[in-house]
Amino acid sequence: MSLDKEQFLQAYRTMRTIRDFEYRVSDEFGKGNIPGFLHLYAGQEAIATGMCMNLDDDDYIVSTHRGHGHCIAKGGDVGDMMKEIMAKQGGSCAGKGGSMHIAAVEKGMLGANAIVGGGPPLIVGAALSAKTLGTDRVGVSFTGDGGSNQGTTFEAMNLAVVLKLPAIFLFENNGYGEGTAAGYAVGSKDIASRAAAFGMPALKVDGADIFAVYETCKKAVKHCRSGKGPIAIEASITRFRGHFEGDAQAYRGKDEVKRLMKEMDCLVIASANAIKKKLATKAQLSKIDQEVAAYIDESARAALAAPGPDVSELLTDVYSSPY
Amino acid sequence: MPIKTYRQAINEAMAQEMRRDSTVIVIGEDVAGGAGCDGDRDAYGGVMGVTKGLFPEFGESRVIDTPITESAIMGAAAGAAQTGLRPIAELMFMDFLGVCFDQIYNQAAKFRYMFGGKAQCPMVVRTMAGAGLRGGAQHSQNLTQMVTMVPGLKVVCPTNAYDAKGLLISAIRDNDCVIFVEDKFLYETSCEVPDEMYTIPFGEANFLREGTDVTIVGISNTVNKAVAVADRLAAEGISCDVIDPRTTSPLDEEAIIESVETTGRLVIVDEMTPRCGIAADISSIVAEKAFGALRAPIRKVTAAHSPIPFAPALEDAWMPQESDIEAAVRYVLGYKR
Repeated sequence: MSLDKEQFLQAYRTMRTIRDFEYRVSDEFGKGNIPGFLHLYAGQEAIATGMCMNLDDDDYIVSTHRGHGHCIAKGGDVGDMMKEIMAKQGGSCAGKGGSMHIAAVEKGMLGANAIVGGGPPLIVGAALSAKTLGTDRVGVSFTGDGGSNQGTTFEAMNLAVVLKLPAIFLFENNGYGEGTAAGYAVGSKDIASRAAAFGMPALKVDGADIFAVYETCKKAVKHCRSGKGPIAIEASITRFRGHFEGDAQAYRGKDEVKRLMKEMDCLVIASANAIKKKLATKAQLSKIDQEVAAYIDESARAALAAPGPDVSELLTDVYSSPY
Repeated sequence: MPIKTYRQAINEAMAQEMRRDSTVIVIGEDVAGGAGCDGDRDAYGGVMGVTKGLFPEFGESRVIDTPITESAIMGAAAGAAQTGLRPIAELMFMDFLGVCFDQIYNQAAKFRYMFGGKAQCPMVVRTMAGAGLRGGAQHSQNLTQMVTMVPGLKVVCPTNAYDAKGLLISAIRDNDCVIFVEDKFLYETSCEVPDEMYTIPFGEANFLREGTDVTIVGISNTVNKAVAVADRLAAEGISCDVIDPRTTSPLDEEAIIESVETTGRLVIVDEMTPRCGIAADISSIVAEKAFGALRAPIRKVTAAHSPIPFAPALEDAWMPQESDIEAAVRYVLGYKR
């Protein structure tokens, strides 16, 4: 079953929220309002959105260093995320995580992980909890093409198959692991066939098409919930920004980014398809655009105005009890 | 009171906690053994037999045999701990820390802090350390110092069966990631261990001998060697305080400092390489906080700065021996400014 009208508008709103969030933090980074490193999800919005629309709040995801989109799609509070990234009081992680460790634990977003390949073993654990405790929850690890080459990912896939756990390994192949092409670094024909070799079904999908992503993820979630063990998805996509903000992307071809932004913009593709399928009108979409723009602006302004963390918090939450 | 071995005490702590709390699971390589084989299940019960009997009682959903896949074991335990289970994950030999350390020190240890106190990681890593079994360079190390330095981890080094049971029950009930370092030389040792459940708090040292001339601090099995030396020297009228910190993180600094303030002399023994080790750490703490009380330089008795050799004569030379401890005690006692 494909997205109905209401679901499409929800998907569009989520994708637009992620896009606007990423562009706003990029701007604020440029103005010096954000410390540290930023890895933006712009261009990949349909993947997090299409997957998380198939999940409940009590399902689990783990994410990568490029994690803002996953956090928003899983229901993370945008205002708290903005504060976290700007290192302000009220941030999702109390100023101790930042962009690379953005999380919404209460929504099942168990954390962005700045260790490439760090997440897949953790989602095996979340899936193990689901199986052992007899819930019908599933766990999804969002991993990049870079993470697909890590040994931890191989071990995680094998263990999930051996223990028949409800884990989904979703590989977002954006073509680059930092500044090296996936075509060079992924030795196998593709990531899906490698995942399949571990003994699980593996699906491939166009990551720029929200309709296709939603349907593929729906199949994967159904597979897991019905106790059939893990499944993998390879979603092909591009990233609109560099590996990190400030990356000159000299490794990319001349006009490559410009061309791909034109050909593979999930929001443009979604709008055109929805209007054609009569799932939405131009007016509806532009209303969402305006609402999201205002929401992001309000979140950013609130974060900018918020005070920084209290230095007395330095040693809280290292341990669960006095140390 | 019944006499039990260190192995039995650890096994009993796990079994009793698993009966009490259905979220406690055991996961690791051959924790039962025999998965997918034609012969017996629970064929091993752990390579040293420490988890024997848990599989028949609790079944395969709670006593989970894994492939040889330490990163996935530790990561799965950490992810499970974040989502409602209390895993006891077995890292067969502490030497294998190298292939899974990321999941422990970058993941499990940091969830709570990195996510602003909204996550927790109540897991125990049971692991086996210690030289002397001719296991060679990759099956003999005690890497307690490598986990002790990580904020977010707690590190427990039980030195007898009674402590092993009480400390393991505390570890399982703790809401942080606890590294439980079993000394493989101690599995066959025994002492009185109550049948009922009890806990021993972390960060509280145990005074095994009380004396006034020299303080000896030992970690893992070296503390038992220190006791033997102290008992021998007592016959000569030399009186030693022998302290077992029980946990290196948190560390009972107060107990050590108080003792040094009485004796003025400190010998620290561990079976780790000397640089950046536990002996070095305790030495720096005492130098900073009790410098005025010292009547002699602090002596560290550690292993040598080399991989652990295989040949028995070489391994014996590598390890701290009772004679080394005795020589250190005599040195600090005889020291004149």
